Amino acid sequence: MSKLVLRNLHRSFGSVAAVDGVDLTLAEGEFVSLLGPSGCGKTTTLRMIAGFIPPSEGSIEMDGEVLSAPDAVTPPERRRMSMIFQSYAIWPNMTVEQNVAFGLKLRKLPEAEVRRRTGEILEVVQMGHLGSRYPGELSGGQQQRVALARAIVVKPSVLLLDEPLSNLDANLREEMRFEIRRLHDEFRITTVYVTHDQAEAMVTSDRIAVMNAGRIEQVDDPFALYNRPRTRFVAGFIGRTNFLEARLAGDRLDLDGFALPAGLIDRPAGLNGGPVVLSVRPQSITLHRSAPPGGDGGVAVAAQVLECAYLGEHWDYVVVPQGSDTRLRVTAGPTQRHQPGEAVWLRFDPAQIVAIG
Amino acid sequence: MSTTTIAAAPRIPTARSGLLRRIQVLEPATLVWLALIGVLVFLVAWPIAELVASSLRHPRTGDWTLSNYAAAYGRARYVDALLNSLALGALSALICAVLAVPMAWACSRTDMPGRGFAWFTVLAAFIIPPYLGAVGWILLAGPNSGWINQGWSFVTGTPDSTLFNVYTFTGLALVIALHSYPFIFIFAKSALDLVNSEMEDAANILGAGTWATTWKVTLPLVWPTILAGIILVFLETIALFGTPAIIGIPARINVVTTQLWQFFEAPVRAEVAAAYAMPLLLITLMLIGIQRLLLSRKSYVSQTGKGGERRPIRLGPFWRWALFGWCAFVCLLSVVAPMIALVQASFAKAWGRGFSFDNLTLKNYTFLLFEHDAAWGAVVNTFAYSATSATIAMILALAIAYVVKRNLMPFGMALAFLCMAPFVIPGIVMAIGFYAAYAGPPLTLYGTAALMVFAFTTRFLPIAYANGAAGMQMIHPEMEEAVRILGGGRLTAIRRVVAPLLKKALLGGWLLVFILATRELSAAIFLVGPETRTISVLLYDLSEEGNLESLSALGGILLVITLLFVGAGMRLIGRDFMLRRH
Repeated sequence: MSKLVLRNLHRSFGSVAAVDGVDLTLAEGEFVSLLGPSGCGKTTTLRMIAGFIPPSEGSIEMDGEVLSAPDAVTPPERRRMSMIFQSYAIWPNMTVEQNVAFGLKLRKLPEAEVRRRTGEILEVVQMGHLGSRYPGELSGGQQQRVALARAIVVKPSVLLLDEPLSNLDANLREEMRFEIRRLHDEFRITTVYVTHDQAEAMVTSDRIAVMNAGRIEQVDDPFALYNRPRTRFVAGFIGRTNFLEARLAGDRLDLDGFALPAGLIDRPAGLNGGPVVLSVRPQSITLHRSAPPGGDGGVAVAAQVLECAYLGEHWDYVVVPQGSDTRLRVTAGPTQRHQPGEAVWLRFDPAQIVAIG
Repeated sequence: MSTTTIAAAPRIPTARSGLLRRIQVLEPATLVWLALIGVLVFLVAWPIAELVASSLRHPRTGDWTLSNYAAAYGRARYVDALLNSLALGALSALICAVLAVPMAWACSRTDMPGRGFAWFTVLAAFIIPPYLGAVGWILLAGPNSGWINQGWSFVTGTPDSTLFNVYTFTGLALVIALHSYPFIFIFAKSALDLVNSEMEDAANILGAGTWATTWKVTLPLVWPTILAGIILVFLETIALFGTPAIIGIPARINVVTTQLWQFFEAPVRAEVAAAYAMPLLLITLMLIGIQRLLLSRKSYVSQTGKGGERRPIRLGPFWRWALFGWCAFVCLLSVVAPMIALVQASFAKAWGRGFSFDNLTLKNYTFLLFEHDAAWGAVVNTFAYSATSATIAMILALAIAYVVKRNLMPFGMALAFLCMAPFVIPGIVMAIGFYAAYAGPPLTLYGTAALMVFAFTTRFLPIAYANGAAGMQMIHPEMEEAVRILGGGRLTAIRRVVAPLLKKALLGGWLLVFILATRELSAAIFLVGPETRTISVLLYDLSEEGNLESLSALGGILLVITLLFVGAGMRLIGRDFMLRRH
C-alpha cells in the first residue's frame, strides 16, 4: 500500500519555481532519496512533506489523508513524522536523554515507558553511556547519533532526513551511511532522505529520485539508475560518463569515425532512426594492446592514448579512436599501463551503453 | 492591514473565499502582530508625530502656524545656544579622540604594560553616570575651593589663585569628554583588532619603520571607524542634559538642552520647545546617516579580518612606559580623582576641610535616607521605574525580534524599524514628544509613574531590541522545527527551547537597560512630577541647592546601585556585557 503520495507538487518563492511539479509515491517501509544538485528543490520538497512550507499547488497525502494542499496545511506537530536536520538541531539546554525523551513526553507516555524506550534507543545508536551528557560535550558524530535516536524513538510514520551527513568529515560520513541503512533495516520506517551525494543515496536507498530544476528526472533503484539512466542529466549526475553524438541508421549506430551495432544497445521505445546521444561509462570500454577477439557483441576500434592519470585505485585515460575527433574517457585497472601516444585497441561492451532520446 | 495572510503563505487565488479567509485573518499570530503594532505606535510613532505636529500648531487655537519656530529662533540668545551646543560637541569629541585613540592603539597593537588596566579604566569611565563625574569635577576644579586650585594656591603661595576652572566652556567640554571617550576607544579598538600584522609587515618589508607604518598604514585603515566614534560622541554631547545643567547653568553657558529645559519652566511652552528641538533631531538623523555610511565601508577592514597572524608591536622601554603613563593619566582624570573627591565629600562634614577623622560622618547618608522628604522615595521610584521599563522593553523587543527573525508576518521589518527608531532621537527630544502626546488630555499622564515608565521603555527599546535580535540570531530555526515535527506546537517550542536558550542574552539586555534607566536624566527631567522623582532628578535638584555633601552622598548611593548591578551582570554574563558594540 502506498504510504506517502506527492501529487503534482509545486512551490514558488516570488517568481522562482523551486519545486515545479513533483509526483512521487512511497510504499510503506520504503527508503527513498531525493538526490540532486543544490537548488534543485529537494529540500523544499522535504520541508513541504514536513509541513513547514505550504505547497503553491498540488497535494501531499499520507495513509490516504490529505496533509498538504495550498489552502489547508496540517501543521508539522500533527503529522506524526520526525525529521533529522542538517544542523542536527540538538537542543543544547537539554541532556542527551532529555533530547531523546522529548518526543515521547509530548506524546504523554507513562514515565517508565519513556525511560525504557529512551534507554533502548540510546543503546541501539551506541550512545547508552553518554545519556547524561550535554550536546556541547559531544562530537559531531555523536550529535548525529542523538539526532537519529531522537527521531526514531517516537516511531514516526515517516522519517525525514535533510542532508544529515553533510557536516561530518569524510570517514565518519561513510560510517554513518551504513548506520542509517542498518537502522532502516531494523525499524523499517518509511523514509525520505535528501542529499546531494550520490554515494550516500546509493548506499542508503531502496529507490532514488533524481531531481533537477524543481522536477524529478527519474526514480529508480540504484542499479537501474546507474545502468539505465533515462535522461542526459541523470546519466551525467550519477557517476561519470562519455556523451557521444550518434545517428541511428537501421541496425547501426554511426559515430564520428566508427560504428556500433544498435541491436544490443538499450534505447527508448519508439526511437527508430535519426540523431541520438549515447552514454558510455568509462569502465564499459576496455583497452587492449592488440586487436581483441569479437564475441558477446563486443566491438573493437583502433585508437591512440592522448592523456593519462594515475589515481591509485585505477588509471584514467583519454583516448581518441582512429579517424575521429571524439575524446573518450576510459578507466583501466591499476596495473594496466599505457603511454601517451601509444596505439591501442578499444573494446566497447554494448550491454553497458545506453541511448538517451 | 487588509493584506494580512498566514505566515509566509503565498496569496493564491482559490475558489474558497469568505469564511476560511476570515478565520485566517483572526489567527492568534495576527492578533499578536496587531497588538505589537499598537504598542509600538503608542510608544514610538505617536510621540514623534505629536512632537512634529505640536511644533507646527498654535498652543491654544490649534491652527497650523510657524509662529513657534519664530519664537524658538527669534532671539539671539536661543540661536547662540544652538551654536554653543555644536561647538561643545565638536570640542569634546576632539578631546575624546586625543584621549582614546592612543589608548586604543596601545591596547590593541602594542606590548604596553597594563593593557588590562587600561581596559578597566575605560569600563569604569563608562559605567559612572556622567553627572557624577561632573559633581566630582566641581569638587576638584571649582574656582578657588576645588582641590586642584587649592593645591595650586599652596604651590604658588598666592591665595585664591585658579589653575583650572571647571565652570568654563573648556571645563565643560573636558568633563563631558572624560565620560564619553570610551565610545571612541571601543570603536577604535574593535577596528584595530581586525588589522592583521601582515598589513604592517608588508609596509615594514618595504622599508617603513614602526611609526611610519602606524601613521601611513594602520591608522588610515581604521580612520573611518574612529570618525564614526567621533560622530557618536558629538551626538551624545549635544543631546546631553545633566552635565551642561550642573556645570553650564552656573557658568552661564547656554546650550540647546538647557535652553529646552528653560522653555519648560513656568509658563511651560512645550510647543516652542518642540520647534526648538527640531534642528537637534535633524542633525542627529543626518550624522547617524553619515556614520552608517562610514561603518558600511567595511571592505576596508573586513578583508583583513580573516587569517593572518597578529603580533603586538614591540615598543622600546621609553614608549612602553610613556603610553602606560598616558593611560594612567586618563584613568586619574576620568575615574580615580573625581570618584575620590565624590566619596570624600559624601562622608565629610564639610568637604573643604579635607581628609581627616574628625571630618568623617555618615550624616549625609542618614540625612538623605531617613530625614530627607524625597530621597528615599526617589530611590524606590528609580528601582521601580527602571525594573518595569527594562522588563517591558525586553518582552516587547523579544516578541518583535521573534516575529521578525522567524518571518512570521508580512511587514515584520516595519516592526523592527519602529523598534529601532528611538535610537536616532535624542532622549530629550523624545521626552518632549511624550509630553506633547500624553501629558495633557485625553490621557493626562503628566506626573504619573506610567509616563516615566513609558518614556524610559521607549528610550531604551533599541538597546533591548539589539540584544533580543542578537539572541534570536543565535538560535537556529531548526531548533524549533525539531520541536514541532516531534509534536510540540510553537508555544511549546518557545517555552522549552527558545526561552531557555535566550536566558543569558535576555538577562544581559535587561541589566543593561536597567542600569541605563537608573541614571536616565534627560527624559526624566521633562516628565517628572512631584511624586515621581528619581535619583537622577533629585541629584539635579540638590545641585541647584548647592549642598555638595548631600549631593555627593546621593551620588554615592547611585554609584553603589550601579556597581552592584554591573557586578552582577559581569558575574552572570561576562566582563564586557555593557561594552558590546551593537
